[in-house]
Amino acid sequence: MRHLRLVRNTTTIDFMRYTRVWLVISALGVLGSIGLVLTRGLNLGVDFRGGTLIMAATPEPEDISTFRASLTGLDFGEVNVTEVSDDSGEGRHLVLMRLGIEESDTESQNAVIERIRAELGVAFPGIEFLQVDSVGSKVSGELVRAGALAVLLSFVGIMIYVWLRFEWQFALGSVLSLIHDAIVTIGLFSLLQLEFNLTIVAAVLTVIGYSINDTVVVFDRMRENLRKFKKMPLRDVLNLSLNETLSRTVMTSMTTLLALLSIYFFGGPVVSGFALAMILGGVICGTYSSIYVAGATVLWLGVKRDWSKTDTPKGTQFGGAQV
Amino acid sequence: MLNFPLWKRLLVIVVCLIGFAVALPNLFYARVERANDARLAMEGGATGTPELVADAARWPSFLPSGLINLGLDLRGGAHVLVEVQLADVQADRMESLWPELRDTLRDLRDQVGTVRRLDGPPGELRVRIGEPGGMSAALGAVEDVSQPVFALTGAATRDFIARGDGDTLIVSLSEPEIAAMNERAMQQSLEIIRRRVDETGTREPSIQRQGSDRILIQVPGIGSAEELLAIIGQTARLSFHPVVSRSSDASAQPGLDEVIYPSVDEPGAFYVLERRPVVTGDQLVDSQPSFDQNGQPAVNFRFNPQGGSAFGRYTADNIGSPFAIVLDEEVISAPVIQSHIAGGSGIITGNFTPEEATRLAILLRAGALPAEITVLEQRTIGPELGQDSIEAGRFSALVALAAVAVFIVLSYGLFGLFACVALLVNMLLVIALMTGIGATLTMPGIAGVVLTIGMAVDSNVLIFERIREELRTARGPARAIQLGFEKAFTSILDANVTTLIVAIILYFLGSGPVRGFAVTLALGIACTVFTAYFVTQIIVAGWFDWRRPKTVTV
Repeated sequence: MRHLRLVRNTTTIDFMRYTRVWLVISALGVLGSIGLVLTRGLNLGVDFRGGTLIMAATPEPEDISTFRASLTGLDFGEVNVTEVSDDSGEGRHLVLMRLGIEESDTESQNAVIERIRAELGVAFPGIEFLQVDSVGSKVSGELVRAGALAVLLSFVGIMIYVWLRFEWQFALGSVLSLIHDAIVTIGLFSLLQLEFNLTIVAAVLTVIGYSINDTVVVFDRMRENLRKFKKMPLRDVLNLSLNETLSRTVMTSMTTLLALLSIYFFGGPVVSGFALAMILGGVICGTYSSIYVAGATVLWLGVKRDWSKTDTPKGTQFGGAQV
Repeated sequence: MLNFPLWKRLLVIVVCLIGFAVALPNLFYARVERANDARLAMEGGATGTPELVADAARWPSFLPSGLINLGLDLRGGAHVLVEVQLADVQADRMESLWPELRDTLRDLRDQVGTVRRLDGPPGELRVRIGEPGGMSAALGAVEDVSQPVFALTGAATRDFIARGDGDTLIVSLSEPEIAAMNERAMQQSLEIIRRRVDETGTREPSIQRQGSDRILIQVPGIGSAEELLAIIGQTARLSFHPVVSRSSDASAQPGLDEVIYPSVDEPGAFYVLERRPVVTGDQLVDSQPSFDQNGQPAVNFRFNPQGGSAFGRYTADNIGSPFAIVLDEEVISAPVIQSHIAGGSGIITGNFTPEEATRLAILLRAGALPAEITVLEQRTIGPELGQDSIEAGRFSALVALAAVAVFIVLSYGLFGLFACVALLVNMLLVIALMTGIGATLTMPGIAGVVLTIGMAVDSNVLIFERIREELRTARGPARAIQLGFEKAFTSILDANVTTLIVAIILYFLGSGPVRGFAVTLALGIACTVFTAYFVTQIIVAGWFDWRRPKTVTV
């Protein structure tokens, strides 16, 4: 039986040919993303902005403007009402309402929700409240800080690990590629104005996890080839390693992409944003940055070529390996 | 080559079988849940009605019956994060110190002169004394009214500390006292909230302390967070009433100025009490579990001076008659007064176990919430949404599994099939581990499992790609396969350790559903390394020994 081959057995693509161009493009991507976040901002969910989100279902299709009218009548300030498609196939009509935070007094937040329930219950008989989230400004600020801290700490943790296992050039290359992926993912959320909430922070961290996974596999091969071909120019060693791992890179990207597409299309509204962030940031950016940011950085910084002192490949001692 | 020692093969197979057995009940979730509920009800003393027996028989008792906890977002329910206003407790404490301190200072009028209270920040008591020269006497007076506290460091200090500033005496709480008060207030709040939520009878509520002053309450199955807040917000009232009579008739008409309350411990028993309490919980200052003179578990309690004298007068006049301890309109206990209880302290005896005595002591201290709580976060997830999420999650997992399996078999043929077996084992192990450690499955957690499906294959891909490469250079298929596994292992380990770092950070910094995601991601990584390396290798080795192929195509 002939097997499906997405990549030929031996490829000789010169990945490291236009490294400067790719580094400039990557830098532009990062700067552009930062610019987007600064100018357009992020569509922050209630987790980070504070406020109340209500998802309700009505048995009959209702006009959004009727909703807006009955909520505006209650005088809570800004109310944002949108219709959501319901893919559960139960013929419900979903409406998403967002209210800004009125004041720091959380007691009134609770009162607001009760009034909305009462008001909408009268205006739309048979209405069901599927989800009500209300986050005070105190917590939302903390969630922002915890999210940012998580991303920073994971950079530090990964940098230390890669530094211990490889060389500092690799550590720097991998962290640069991770910063690239994280910022570009956030930039894409700003560009598409998709809701940015706690789940998306988890997604950004998973992007980091996936991207470092990809980068480390390439680095591992680079280290092996650097030991094997002591005289070969660094550029050729990197190209050889990238070509040797290309088949694996494509296969893994494909299987992960298949799983993520399944979550995106069938997983429901809670996690579709997560899947999208992973597809764009992890599979696409992560794979790209392993080669063109991490690889290019290592080429640019150069590596110590004399590995003789530490020439004990740890991988063959798998009998004693701990998992 | 590939000659695994027999014990290693057996060990891997045993681990897989245990994993399968532990994961099995989750495939029949609803059925096992009903059976477990029925068994629990019967163990709890419910009579075995035919329905209960039938429900219990839905799942054989010799099989494992542990289930994955479903998170609120999958089960539906309410999530509330509240903050206890501990500063209020400190302010109250300083307020209650003032009358006592004023009286003490007045007794020293000839030394300190006139005494006048000044405005000060909450938690601080500022008093102006007429004679600044009498400051040392005033400081001594504070020393007299304060009590010793024992700090964790072992150094003994007083609960109040005072300093003089010109003619102003400034009294504040000492650090160890504030720490102890905060701890007590948090314990009381937790206990009261737990008690009130338990009364709703919902299954598996989770009430956790978070940080120094927060409480996270998660109650599955409750209609809304507003409802939950209303339940928590009720004030519990503790009071001591004279007992008029005991009855088993709930509809008995209490007389004028009398009330009828049910008993907590004796089902079907009711007490008719005088409406006017002898003392109320506001006057209780302390209660602790202890033992009576017969060595039976009991509860010690102490009133403040006012409460103490009222209680002393009442007990002196009513030796031999019972009085009732009432909490939230229920009689906790109705002991008989044995003797005149002077000095404001007494002991409650009954048929307590040591645990019950401890609980009663906490409840007595509990009474009303010690401080106001403010709501920081409230979330409601309707049960329909939870059910939808479970179905969407299950469907997307199946689609992902099928798509990845087809792709991997097309790419690697027979070896792809081996990888699929390893993938299935991986999924079962993740589910088994989650069940075993009592982790909670959330919607992002399901996404984590589905993502694991995609990424778990990566380890197998690394191995197979490596075998392909080795086949081109190595001598013979056996050597190629062995080298493939060996050389791929460093990559697999390095790649997964870095992802594990991310998962650990997510766990410690994340909250709620994100934590659930971190757990599944971390378990997924551990199982991936295990299955890709050991399970795949054992399958490949078994196949190789069996067929002894001259050539291998991966």
